[in-house]
Amino acid sequence: MIAIFKREMRSYFTTSTGYVFLAVALALSAIVFGASTLLIGTSDTGAYFSLMLFVLMIILPILTMKTFSEERRTKTEQLLMTAPISTTQMVMGKFLSCLCMFLIALALSCINFIPIFTYADTTTDIATDLPPNVSLIIGNLIALILVGMSFIAIGIFISSLTENQFAAVVITIAILLGLLLIGLFNSFIESYAIRTILSWLSIYSRYTNFTYGIFDIGALIYYLSISGVFIFLTIRVFESRKYR
Amino acid sequence: MIEIKNLSKRYGNHYAVDDISFTINDGEIVGFLGPNGAGKSTTMNIITGYLSATSGTVSIDGYDILEESTQAKRLIGFLPEQPPLYIDMTVWEYLTFVYELKGCTFNKQKHLDEVCELVKISDVKRRLIRNLSKGYKQRVGIAGALIGNPKMIIFDEPTVGLDPKQIIDIRNLIRNLGKKHTVVLSTHIMQEVQAVCDRIIVINEGKIIADEKTASFNNAVNQNTRYRVKIAGPQKEVVKLIRSMVGIVSCELHGEREGDAFTYDIESAQNIDIRKSLFRALAEKGWPMLGMEPIGMELEDIFLKLINAKGERK
Repeated sequence: MIAIFKREMRSYFTTSTGYVFLAVALALSAIVFGASTLLIGTSDTGAYFSLMLFVLMIILPILTMKTFSEERRTKTEQLLMTAPISTTQMVMGKFLSCLCMFLIALALSCINFIPIFTYADTTTDIATDLPPNVSLIIGNLIALILVGMSFIAIGIFISSLTENQFAAVVITIAILLGLLLIGLFNSFIESYAIRTILSWLSIYSRYTNFTYGIFDIGALIYYLSISGVFIFLTIRVFESRKYR
Repeated sequence: MIEIKNLSKRYGNHYAVDDISFTINDGEIVGFLGPNGAGKSTTMNIITGYLSATSGTVSIDGYDILEESTQAKRLIGFLPEQPPLYIDMTVWEYLTFVYELKGCTFNKQKHLDEVCELVKISDVKRRLIRNLSKGYKQRVGIAGALIGNPKMIIFDEPTVGLDPKQIIDIRNLIRNLGKKHTVVLSTHIMQEVQAVCDRIIVINEGKIIADEKTASFNNAVNQNTRYRVKIAGPQKEVVKLIRSMVGIVSCELHGEREGDAFTYDIESAQNIDIRKSLFRALAEKGWPMLGMEPIGMELEDIFLKLINAKGERK
């Protein structure tokens, strides 16, 4: 597992993927941050964090697209699958390397907060006189990490189904977009039961609480379950491929 | 020891491997011979745990490849048909990765150096795999299979696409490996198994049609009955003479001409060596024989022969 993790991390930085990912992640988060806080002159980061879900939706598939597709295309998966490691270790190695890259990007994106901390308590025209809410930011970062984990798990799962990286990235974004927006159709649906199910499934609706500063344990468990389910499905994909 | 029992692999309605059983003992070099699509790769992929069988079992030194896969896989080094190389790594980085992947615990530097030395890639250690020639890539793949000193080494068509010199190098290497390891290799080139292996398993359409020691295989297959002979002499009379000899099945003009000499393809009946009598008969007439070579059988001929032989035994 550690060997696979190390190799993946190495490959992110010896090929362009890692740099492209970090660059796009930082650029998009900075744009979103600027638009949602600095331009409207607020130190409230709630809107920033809910928009970050869409940023994750775009950037994480860049990481996950080639995890297994590439291995399958170049047949290197034969090395992994005949090595004395379990399928679980193989999938977890990949998952952890993606997670690690995501954490690096998220940590780097924290430079976005510098301006509001610098200017918030002095009344300027950039920020309001309210100091930024540190615990809200920390809570949201934790929530984002968990959402990111579930996105990565979904992305890896899709990548294990196809040897075409481009297909993997498109399908992953489509699925993530669907999961994010599923709750937005609620107002058009009359049936209460369906509405409840949709908003229960929707990653976006579940995230709203965090932006108000409520640490929603239920939502965290939901995100963790999605990660767990898709990691499990990925493992099953490899187990079942043997039998095909 | 690799034990394979009643192994079958079905794709849809088609059996890629159809109920095969055999045992490979420690220290053997076994060649898997068969045309493309015979089920060689499928069998090897099942032995190494990459695919699983529709039915039947594979056990490596008593460990079942599915039930105790980690222990079983630790005993095997595998070179698939297409070497599983990460082209964005250097050779050394790749081998280090394989070393860690296999969870080896002995001295890394020393072990990797030994393997590189053995397959003669020490001079390209620091180069990117992407930039290596096909022959070197193949060797890096072999090096990967050797890491961790697995007891059994399995090569799927190790010499495909290499030039003649590289093929000889790889064959020598495999023969050397056979001194310490159990080696299984697949090929569709008969000379290759004859040159390298102790034992030959012939597989066709998913079934084993012969499983013999190389020596007895050669006897079975190499009873040469066809010769290409170059004779200086009047063409029609030569044909007439040869056809009149005892034990000759056919004599055809092959068509190559050199001065007044023609080339003939001569086939004799089984179990009769016509070479001496042919020489004497020609000498009597004063028609010198300028050359004689046995015509080797093509793989297809051998299959026909083996399949026929099997049918007769039944």
